[in-house]
Amino acid sequence: MVKAFSPVSPAATLAPARADVLKAVAVAFSVGAALVFFTGFAGADVLHNAAHDWRHAMSFPCH
Amino acid sequence: MLKRVFTVGLLAGLTAGLATAALQHVTTVPLILEAERYEASLPAGPALADAGILTAVATHGPETAAPGHTHAAGEGHAAGEGHSHDAAAWSPADGLERTLSTSVATVVSGIGFSLLLLAVLLLAGERVTPRIALAYAVGGFAATGLATGLGLAPELPGSFAAPLQDRQLWWIGTAVATAAGLYLVVKAPHRLALPAGVVLLALPHLIGAPHPDGYGSTVPAEIAAHFAATSLVVHGVFWAIVGLAVGAFWQRGESRAAG
Repeated sequence: MVKAFSPVSPAATLAPARADVLKAVAVAFSVGAALVFFTGFAGADVLHNAAHDWRHAMSFPCH
Repeated sequence: MLKRVFTVGLLAGLTAGLATAALQHVTTVPLILEAERYEASLPAGPALADAGILTAVATHGPETAAPGHTHAAGEGHAAGEGHSHDAAAWSPADGLERTLSTSVATVVSGIGFSLLLLAVLLLAGERVTPRIALAYAVGGFAATGLATGLGLAPELPGSFAAPLQDRQLWWIGTAVATAAGLYLVVKAPHRLALPAGVVLLALPHLIGAPHPDGYGSTVPAEIAAHFAATSLVVHGVFWAIVGLAVGAFWQRGESRAAG
């Protein structure tokens, strides 16, 4: 008894659906942008002071 | 998918952040500390009043300069704390605490940029390899380092500058427009992509970055020039490590998925 050949290769079944990719893109972009905003742009004094030297090094506009 | 994206973002950000934090410690940070000596040693005299009025005129005029607004007359430059907006707010003590604080900010920022880079790579449908991720990271450096630097050169504490929010808005707009413009020019197949991309690349500079009415600084120009060059190198190295690390950690996941 020979197993039926599956037209779907293992690699294709592993590839995530486009919808999954778009969801990951949206979440990664939002979280990434938020992290960059907090360290680079947020106005709160404590955040500014903590990230001060990094903001200057990256030429984020600072004070 | 989501778990893999965040794992790679976290690992790449940690790698790039820690390496860049170490690099900053021996490159930009000593220059910032040097600049702060000039800033703090200045007596609150006429020179400072001039500095304040100059920036205040650029913003709201000397009468209406809002207290607490960044670089309002007499604030910031004269304060012993230098450039802290509010002397009462927590600020890391010089030495280990400040180094740790800068390092944490660098790592968090590194994770943020790694996630942004991954999002763009996946959206563009690219294979995430070190080589391809590095190529996109070079684009990232052009967007956040070169294009923004053309309008707003990297500055040390103590330089005159236009109102903060105007500069932040211009910076973000320029970075986004440059990234989108580069993608259109390099990758998009449509025949209108090239001219549209060029327009996006040029637009922020035609609008122009917000600048104060006059140039000036409490810091010698030599230190400021040295800092501008040094910080661009740090910025470039940071992006390069982000790109390579994102590609490398993604590929590690790839081989695991295949095996």
